[in-house]
Amino acid sequence: MSNSLKVPVNRIIPFSSVDGPGNRTAVFLQGCGFDCKYCHNPETRNLCVACGRCVQECPTGALTLVDNKVIFDYNKCCKCDTCIKVCKHGASPRIRWMEPAEVLEEVKSNMPFIRGVTTSGGECTTYPEFLKEFFRLCKDVGLTTLIDSNGSYDFSKDRELLEVTDGVMLDVKAYDLNEHINVTGTDNKMVLQNMEYLASVDKLFEVRTVVVPGLFDYEGTIAEVSNKLSAYKTNIRYKIIAFRPNGVRQEYRNYNSPDRAELDRLAEIAKSKGIKDINII
Amino acid sequence: MREISMERVNKTREEMLGVVKSDVLTHEQKVANMANLADSLLEVLDLPEGLDDLLNKGIDEQCICDLFEGHAPLRPRYIIPDYEKFMKEGSEFLQLDPPKDLLEAVNNLLIFYKHVPSVTNYPVYVGSLDKLLDPFVQDMDEEMAEKIIKMFLIHMDRTILDSFCHANIGPEPTKAGFIILKVIGQMQDAVPNLTMKVDKDLTSDELLLAGVNTALHSAKPSFANNKMFESELGKDYVIASCYNGLKLGGGSYTLCRLILGNIAKKATDVEDFINDKLPYVMDIMARYMDERIRFEVEESGFFENNFLAKEGFIHRDRFTAMFGLVGLADAVNILMEKEGKTGRFGSNKEADDLGVRIMDKIDEFNTHHNNKYCEATDNHFLLHAQVGIAQDIDVTPGTRIPIGEEPEELIDHLKVISRFHKYFPSGTGDIFPIDATVHRNPEYVMDIIKGAINQDIRYLSFYGSDSDVIRITGYLVKKSEIEKLENHENVKHDTTALGMGAKHNGHILERKVR
Ligand code: SF4
Ligand code: SF4
Ligand code: SF4
Repeated sequence: MSNSLKVPVNRIIPFSSVDGPGNRTAVFLQGCGFDCKYCHNPETRNLCVACGRCVQECPTGALTLVDNKVIFDYNKCCKCDTCIKVCKHGASPRIRWMEPAEVLEEVKSNMPFIRGVTTSGGECTTYPEFLKEFFRLCKDVGLTTLIDSNGSYDFSKDRELLEVTDGVMLDVKAYDLNEHINVTGTDNKMVLQNMEYLASVDKLFEVRTVVVPGLFDYEGTIAEVSNKLSAYKTNIRYKIIAFRPNGVRQEYRNYNSPDRAELDRLAEIAKSKGIKDINII
Repeated sequence: MREISMERVNKTREEMLGVVKSDVLTHEQKVANMANLADSLLEVLDLPEGLDDLLNKGIDEQCICDLFEGHAPLRPRYIIPDYEKFMKEGSEFLQLDPPKDLLEAVNNLLIFYKHVPSVTNYPVYVGSLDKLLDPFVQDMDEEMAEKIIKMFLIHMDRTILDSFCHANIGPEPTKAGFIILKVIGQMQDAVPNLTMKVDKDLTSDELLLAGVNTALHSAKPSFANNKMFESELGKDYVIASCYNGLKLGGGSYTLCRLILGNIAKKATDVEDFINDKLPYVMDIMARYMDERIRFEVEESGFFENNFLAKEGFIHRDRFTAMFGLVGLADAVNILMEKEGKTGRFGSNKEADDLGVRIMDKIDEFNTHHNNKYCEATDNHFLLHAQVGIAQDIDVTPGTRIPIGEEPEELIDHLKVISRFHKYFPSGTGDIFPIDATVHRNPEYVMDIIKGAINQDIRYLSFYGSDSDVIRITGYLVKKSEIEKLENHENVKHDTTALGMGAKHNGHILERKVR
């Protein structure tokens, strides 16, 4: 196997109840092209530039700077998260560069308690070649494969990837172009194209929208997305997620969380447009 | 019968008066306590030498505990009547004909329950309810069936005043089974405790998922590995009391437990524990159990005179006895310290390996000890991971990992317990509070159960971390009822007091939420 398939793994959660159906191992890859204001894992967006700041602040000496690279010693780390708080580059020094087979080895130790894997991020489709090989290996041992994506990757051009992917959980952060740019710093043409394409080839497992009062017209987004999805026969789930401040960068933490009544109202809107499976989190 | 001192008689009389005047015990609890105190004055057993020193000590020293079975056992500890036979044939003693419809069926059962003795004076097993009731719900109005079964269950909760009372469902899906899960999911009652037998070849996903949904709301059912129990006890096993595997139409004469942590305190090091202190205590406990069994079978007259035996609802030769233990984790941690090592049970391979070595030793002892009245289980006792009692302080139930020391990841927790469940045909189990968000993904819990029964894990319980009914150690208690008791109000179930003890001494509300 060539070295090019090594990817930066931010972390692997052995049992996850929130990354798709049943119990799954969730693999978080480092790196994302979006810059969402409400990102809960801002430290997963970029790769480390070895500025050395976290190395100085780490209380346990788990980090060292060697040859212009940060070396992370897992056994010394006390999981205090100081490093990711002080990093100015949206990165984390606690990543491991891993081959698909190495990731699979870790996943396998969770069998038979899991039914599959979900790759997430950051944005895991930053590494399509890794995903293809990793998912192939997962399929060989009988695991199902899901991708959690912000929709920036052109799935329609990668049949090979979709062949080994059971479904995509797609974030639609805002339906309106300008709002999407305001929320994420990027346009959403590819996101909306992916939504319809994946729905048409029956690979869209779930669509998600984070509800952030005051940031964008989430009601319009949910209504428009529901409208589009109801045209497809398959039973696509709409997950409506309440904004929560944990993990969010200080400067964006002041948004309010929507209350239950508001979330129920949104679910009603999705339902009235023909969405059957609605999940409020 | 041996003489006892007047001093002891007077002490017991004082205690009896205390019971009479108690402001927290209900009438039934007072009567039961009075009987136990009266029994404590009897001295009819021929006790093995050395027992007194191991048995009659405070909880920080005691090595053997007989769990309040009394001095002259007048009935076996746990009785498992053959309710199928009762449904088919009725009972002469109770003047009941076989039921013809659902109302008659539940009425007959409720009558029968009042005549099933046990150590708590309430039945510890109330039947495989789905199988017993299924024939009667087939051609019936579903709403009416639900209503009758709901009333049946409420009746049990309000009259069987002890949570060591267990019903079974599964492994096959039945109409009655779904109704039972549905109505239990509408209530949050502690009684009866419920186990679903789970078998990958027999249990449908639909039934398992219905069980998980009910458990997340009502803290029951728990889930038992059907193939594992069947391979050890045969097809006619049931789950009774906390989580005890026993034979239908039989039961357990007695249950005593080793308090492993206190035995470890007496040892100088690991080898001394394994080769000297532990075998010494095991030998005395086994002979003590032999003597209790001898009295029950040869002298008490129970098996000759009780209608359950006379009418064939129980058979003496289907009984066995439970060789219990608590505090494997405590013993391992104490011994590791004595060896100058820091590893702790549940998070360190060497410590876990020592746990396995201790269990192998206990298992080996048990398979070499014979009791002629345990024919049902090849003349051996069955090992039992006892869940603890309210008085336990610094005693970890069975082979569990102490609360507060559970591994960060559930997978690592499951891997530890899968090394220990296989030793205990007469029961062990682990309990996991589950985060409320999982209510929206019950298949998460289902996947874990399916994995578990593939990995030699015997028995698992889950409850929603925000639920009022919670599982203490094996039995169920309502948090709201514990609060009542803390405010000195009467509560109907005697197990609530145990739950309060476990809350304060066992920190059960601090379990790691998954
Ligand atoms: S797409 Fe996801 S990972 Fe990327 S910035 Fe947005 S929220 Fe963060
Ligand atoms: S993780 Fe961030 S703070 Fe640490 S060296 Fe890399 S860029 Fe600098
Ligand atoms: S979390 Fe980061 S700062 Fe804290 S000990 Fe680990 S590496 Fe060091």
